[in-house]
Amino acid sequence: MERIAARTGLPRAQSKAQRAERTAHRTRQIARVIERVMNAVFVLCGLVSIAAVALITGYIIWAGLPAIREIGLTEFLFGRVWASTAAEPKFGILPFILTSVWGTLGAVVIGVPIGLLTAVFLARVAPKGLHRLVAPAVDLLSGIPSVVYGLIGMMVLSPTLMRLFSLKSGSCMLAAVLVLAIMILPTIISVSETALRAVPPEYEEASLALGATKMETVFKVTIPAARSGIAAGIVLGVGRAIGEAMAVMMVAGNVANMPGLFKSVRFLTTAVASEMSYAGGLQRQALFSIALVLYIFIMAINLVLNTMLKKEADA
Amino acid sequence: MNYRTRRTICDKGLYVLVCLCAALVVGLLVGLIGYIFYKGLPHITWELLSTAPSVLRGMIGILPNLLNTLYIIGFTLLIALPVGVGAAIYLNEYAKNRRLIAVVEFAAETLSGIPSILYGLVGMLFFCQMLGFQTSLLAGACTLTIMILPTIIRTTQESLKTVPASYREGALGLGASRWHMIRTIILPSSIDGIVTGCILSIGRIVGESAALLFTAGVGTVVAKSVIKAFTRAGGTLSVALYMYASERAEFDVAFAIAAILLLLVLLINAAAGLARKTLKR
Repeated sequence: MERIAARTGLPRAQSKAQRAERTAHRTRQIARVIERVMNAVFVLCGLVSIAAVALITGYIIWAGLPAIREIGLTEFLFGRVWASTAAEPKFGILPFILTSVWGTLGAVVIGVPIGLLTAVFLARVAPKGLHRLVAPAVDLLSGIPSVVYGLIGMMVLSPTLMRLFSLKSGSCMLAAVLVLAIMILPTIISVSETALRAVPPEYEEASLALGATKMETVFKVTIPAARSGIAAGIVLGVGRAIGEAMAVMMVAGNVANMPGLFKSVRFLTTAVASEMSYAGGLQRQALFSIALVLYIFIMAINLVLNTMLKKEADA
Repeated sequence: MNYRTRRTICDKGLYVLVCLCAALVVGLLVGLIGYIFYKGLPHITWELLSTAPSVLRGMIGILPNLLNTLYIIGFTLLIALPVGVGAAIYLNEYAKNRRLIAVVEFAAETLSGIPSILYGLVGMLFFCQMLGFQTSLLAGACTLTIMILPTIIRTTQESLKTVPASYREGALGLGASRWHMIRTIILPSSIDGIVTGCILSIGRIVGESAALLFTAGVGTVVAKSVIKAFTRAGGTLSVALYMYASERAEFDVAFAIAAILLLLVLLINAAAGLARKTLKR
């Protein structure tokens, strides 16, 4: 150090050191500013999703309330007739609500057993090679666009139902229920499989050691132990089914009837979608009110799901 | 003896049932894909892919829809990717307030549970009418940006969580600032999650129709430039499939589009699998 100082001359070295000090100081300052800016940027990014939820909630409520106020809450929710384009329009959405509820229930009744058993297959029965075949299939099933399901429902399922039950039109609630059942399968399978895999092996080992067969163990020990996770999968599936629009629109026939298995029906989602392109005035506002009802359904489902997941996390 | 046979039968029966269900699921998929390809692939012609529909010549082409799909994917990712990754970084690296983290995570979960038709409605009210974008590709892309945000946040966050704490400690211990650490250490080592999130988002955008029907519309004109394309209504492939099947009963075209969509989905799934495998540290 001294030798360097001697060679370069002291004053120059000092000024060099000072300059270095100054630039270092400046870099540090810049770094601090960058740091602060990036911090703010990341906070903003984090807040975007909150803002989005607030925006969606706000808009749906703001757009949905006027028509309800005009029509009357009870008449809107429990009116049995939807005749939005009649000379004396009637806006009762009970048919849509009941169709959505029954349709979703039907999809769950069909989809859950198949999905759960497939999950059992994936988690406990399948040898590794088969697992590598079936798991991607489930993934793929969840990636297929809903319009493609709708197209298949329209071109294959509806005509089949029509022939099978000698109906006038195959576009009916049953077709929609079947399409929905297929569409919620991947959700139920993947969530249930995760839940089944999370069951501690000791449970099953104990059961097997006591002489239970493999299947008895799975159905009497593993599934009950994984029930909260499986329930979460079912609730998630319910959310998917109640919110699905396009596939249902293509197969359900789209007439505002009260629900019936072989009747042409309209769900909450399709009620919004089918008239939105040409509606105006009170009719349009009523469509937003339907969206509000749908939103409340979805939020309720989300709330149930969240409490369930929290309970599971605590357990 | 009787009891034991009953148990054996029960055991075997359940086993068969479980296998049958799995076979049913795989069968469904194979049947679905097979049928779509059988009906759709023969109708995919170069003419269909490379022209716009023309009433004069009585022709149907899906070039505009293909382009619109690409534009929307590009624009949506361009916005959603930085914001989503940023949100994930905030949640995982910056945030100290537990309650705020919980609120942001709850918001993201809520977003992922909202059905696409509601996104479509709000997009129509907010982007098309309030901000004056009209029914345009831009409005559709903005709507989808919000929609895919939770996907990107979740996959990135999952991947950030797997970055060992020692990496962070090492970087900070050497005197790196937080942002420097994130830029040089954290982001590169969580690239697999980011890429997976991108691929999943592309899949979601390609398949989306309900949210786009009222925001991006159903236009089928090839725009002269990219910027012009965004100011105009334009239908993506999925929306076009719906229009051709439901409104115009052009089922051959619908099946052709369905086949293209399925090919894309297959491609996207393969890419996601590949990304997960190759980019993992």
